Amino acid sequence: MKKNIKNYFRLFKSTFLLSAFTFGGGYVIIPLMKKKFVDELGWLEEEEMLNMAAIAQSSPGPMAVNASILVGWRLMGISGALMAILGTVLPPLIILSVISLFYDSFRDNALVSAVLKGMMAGVCAVIFDVVITMGGKIFKAKKLLPILIMVGVFVVYFVLRVNIINIILFCGTLGVLISLHDKRTGKEHI
Amino acid sequence: MIYLQLFWSFFQIGLLSFGGGLAAMPLIQIQVVDIHGWLTFTEFTDLITISEMTPGPISINSATFVGTQIAGLGGALVSTFGCILPSCIIVSLLAWLYGKYRELVIIKGVLACLRPMVAALILSAGLSILILSFWGPGGFTWDTASIDFIAVALFTVSLFLLRKFKTSPLFIILGSGMIGGACYLLF
Repeated sequence: MKKNIKNYFRLFKSTFLLSAFTFGGGYVIIPLMKKKFVDELGWLEEEEMLNMAAIAQSSPGPMAVNASILVGWRLMGISGALMAILGTVLPPLIILSVISLFYDSFRDNALVSAVLKGMMAGVCAVIFDVVITMGGKIFKAKKLLPILIMVGVFVVYFVLRVNIINIILFCGTLGVLISLHDKRTGKEHI
Repeated sequence: MIYLQLFWSFFQIGLLSFGGGLAAMPLIQIQVVDIHGWLTFTEFTDLITISEMTPGPISINSATFVGTQIAGLGGALVSTFGCILPSCIIVSLLAWLYGKYRELVIIKGVLACLRPMVAALILSAGLSILILSFWGPGGFTWDTASIDFIAVALFTVSLFLLRKFKTSPLFIILGSGMIGGACYLLF
């Protein structure tokens, strides 16, 4: 794609709008990005978009940022990636700065605290909805190891309060060892 | 100094949060509430609530919010930069690796072990917030008199709508805020 001001601006505008209207977590942005970059603008092939989604999902950090970096990079190199990052980061940065400035003054307001208390119950429901879906998929796959990891991590983290970094390192190392073992023996534990 | 601390905390959050969205929540809690005490747990749940009802990744929302609260606009910028820097480095590297070796067996294995872990971490964080929502800052007790039945009702109806009708999370959160807010003020 041509590196001209018009295309930079279109990339910035697309990522800015996508970020500004992505409510409810990173997973939502992938179908929106596909609609924008594949169907609407025709800048990417569908398969390419899905590959990028897989990498974004497998990397640490906010998924929307990861996906923007990949798309921006693919379209216009490093400068494209920077433009896409800027477009993705600015909307939450602006919105939360404004909320944060007024937070102190409206936190003690009776109406605001009542509304926040009500919303907390709603957020809880959203979190449990996600957990039920994720956990359900793991149980349905009927593989012993992922189920053991899920139950084990819950006990070790929530009940025994073990440091999260240790848990991540343990699970990552386990993944390396098991994939090497499975590759050699041809079994599928995960 | 505070800028460095903010940068380093959110760098770790960005580096260690696999799985997107809510996966970052327990990490943010550990850095911001448990280690540094930048926010109380109640302020943290307010932040989660605000993050869920505003667009954008939860970790960037948190970085901006905490940064602004602790060190103004400069704090917000430093935290946000710290939060996305690991992504920038790792994703670029992975994109390059992906081009070279498409089938990374070991990477796939690591991710397959991290996914169930993420589910357990989100459940843990969800339970902490559930206890705060149902029992208040005092925490869990067997005494039924201390249960907030408005919150229990809101939670149950919301979860039912989400599971049964795939209602939009934004609608659920705004709806429970308005209905719950009215109930709390009236009763």
